Amino acid sequence: MLFLMLAPLTAALAQDEGSAIKGRLEAIDGEERVAVAGVTIVVTQDGTDIGSAVSDEAGEWLVAVPGAGVYQVTLDVTTLPDGIALTDPDATALPEVAVREGQQKTVLFQLGPGAVSTVSSLERFVDLVVLGLKLGAIIAISAIGLSLIYGVTGLVNFAHGEMVALGAVIAFFFHVSVAGPEWPLWIAAIPAILLGAGLGGGQEVLLWRPLRRRGTGLIAMMVISIGLSFALRNLILILFKGEPRSFVDYAVQREVEFLGISTVPKNIVIILASVVILILVGLFLERTKTGTAMRAVADNKDLAESSGIDVNRVILTTWLVGGGLAAIGGIFLGVSEQLQFDMGFKLLLLIFAAVVLGGLGSAYGAMVGGFIVGLVVEVSTFWVDVEFKTAVGLGVLIVMLLLRPQGILGSRERIG
Amino acid sequence: MDIGGILIDALRASIGPVAAAYAVSAIGLNLQFGYTGLLNFGHVGFMLVGAYGMAITVDLGGSLWLGILVGILASVVLGLILGVPTLRLRADYLAIVTISAAEMLRLIVRSSWADPFTSSVFGIQQFAGAFFDLNPFDPGSPYGFGDFAFRGRQLWVMVVAWAIVGLAVLFTALLIKSPWGRIIRAIREDEDAVRSLGKNVFGYKLQSLMIGGALGGIGGMMLAIEQQNVFPNAFLPRVTFFLYVMVILGGAGTILGPVLGAIVFQFLFFFFDGVMVQAQAAGWFGEAIDATDAAQVKLMLVGIGLMALMAFRPQGILGNREEMLVGD
Repeated sequence: MLFLMLAPLTAALAQDEGSAIKGRLEAIDGEERVAVAGVTIVVTQDGTDIGSAVSDEAGEWLVAVPGAGVYQVTLDVTTLPDGIALTDPDATALPEVAVREGQQKTVLFQLGPGAVSTVSSLERFVDLVVLGLKLGAIIAISAIGLSLIYGVTGLVNFAHGEMVALGAVIAFFFHVSVAGPEWPLWIAAIPAILLGAGLGGGQEVLLWRPLRRRGTGLIAMMVISIGLSFALRNLILILFKGEPRSFVDYAVQREVEFLGISTVPKNIVIILASVVILILVGLFLERTKTGTAMRAVADNKDLAESSGIDVNRVILTTWLVGGGLAAIGGIFLGVSEQLQFDMGFKLLLLIFAAVVLGGLGSAYGAMVGGFIVGLVVEVSTFWVDVEFKTAVGLGVLIVMLLLRPQGILGSRERIG
Repeated sequence: MDIGGILIDALRASIGPVAAAYAVSAIGLNLQFGYTGLLNFGHVGFMLVGAYGMAITVDLGGSLWLGILVGILASVVLGLILGVPTLRLRADYLAIVTISAAEMLRLIVRSSWADPFTSSVFGIQQFAGAFFDLNPFDPGSPYGFGDFAFRGRQLWVMVVAWAIVGLAVLFTALLIKSPWGRIIRAIREDEDAVRSLGKNVFGYKLQSLMIGGALGGIGGMMLAIEQQNVFPNAFLPRVTFFLYVMVILGGAGTILGPVLGAIVFQFLFFFFDGVMVQAQAAGWFGEAIDATDAAQVKLMLVGIGLMALMAFRPQGILGNREEMLVGD
């Protein structure tokens, strides 16, 4: 019996030449690095248990895997020593670890001092509010495009999440990738936003406008958009690969005091920059001719057309603006968390909650809805398990549909 | 490149139990999307609750047959929960809620909170013993001829699975020919006209969503029984895309379309998979595409395929253009 139990272990050690997933667990506390021993790591493949390992005195662990493939690596948080926790409590599992034949793949779990014991519940609540505002800002910026495009064309674009992800990935290319110019992030963001806008405009010119001209119905267009989202997501997966990665700039920051709240500077910058962008979008919609035309087309397309507005031009502008904003949202999301090929799809679910909450088709609704959803989702983790924070977003969505389906700022006739 | 071998593998896949399970799910989606015009973008969620409903029941000590009942019931209830808030609204609201709900359900079953029931990422195994006990074939020995010999275990699954497909086809054919079927098709064409005739449009849509959901749940259970395993990553959002491709490829709004679509899709999918894997191994793509990329290129093409189908031939193989909703 003992032999049986030991067999996988010895196999793991003997298989130094074969494919394996390994890593070294270290808790980073300020400048100090401490090896973390006795933590269980489990490797699975599509739900099948491949093997597990316990980190040794040096924090090192290794799990042999049968060969090339994509594996899931999970850290058993219950085995973490007291006072040590994952830096990102959500990151208990790495869902897509791709291993090549014969490769010993190193994966990283970021550990730090456990926060729960040292922080008072009021401070934790305030922290969550800040995180909620930040997530809300990201959702709001990304959601405006979806909502405006819906307003002028009636199409719910299920590929909008991929526009968010592409913004982040393009910025990653100019910022981090060795094949790119390795510019600082704030410079790399410029081509990313321009290309994001171009992607929106390109979609309109090459795909949606011809489809409208052919008389393709809205339901068929939504099915096409879901096909597009699937194609783009896999394209991103091919270009970016499965592992989550981070921008280099602003990745690690020290907390600062700001208005009595201690948080990392990037959170404050994201929130403030988003507010500025949202105000600019509001001014654009209210004060410029194009913005007014956009609202007119959203309100009544035929009337707008008969009063001399070039509807196709307005729709194109909307796609350009929406694409650019989605790219900004993606870059902020990448700074705030990590980049992953399906980051856009995950955010899309929250974007949906936000636009339905605020009123589908209304840019201001998307802003209000975005902040509410962001706050509710983050603050809910004060009471419920962090794994459920996105489920809370969906709960908000369904309750809203039951109580007030047109949303906070939406108009009644859009929904029926 | 071994084209013959690839063809045989693809043909085997297209008549295998997985194709049959997809066909049953696709029949359910076709009832919702093809006949009623409901945009259910989270069909995989119905498959998930069906499969998990069954597996958890057996795990807690119930019989497999009770589990199957629970699974069907669970998917019907899911239809009710998602339909009530959304079906009075425009089509896009159902799409938004279903796509979100399906992914949430997957995240919930894989969470550590649900672990006591679902074993989170590892899933539940070995719950279908009662089904395999009924196997009249010898599980180990091969049946059939040449390259198309199947082991007794697999043959038993295939026979039952395709029988279920047959029943599901018969069931939908009867439904669609009935007055109920005429009304849901009329709802797809012009909801307001049906309403003006005094019909409860909301009720009919809800029924269609629930019945289609139950068929989705049955398909999910068939997948689970075949593999004796349910785990969260079997229910990725991509399954819903595949089902849409199948329904539209075969012909949305036709009785046999989804079945044909499932068979053709599985064939093409595995044929292309074989070609990509062998081409990659033979170094046709050089360093540009590695083995995992090859699989993703294939998935990307599925997405493009869905777009092209919907744009250029929305009626699929069997449909006629009149039946297919093209003008909204």
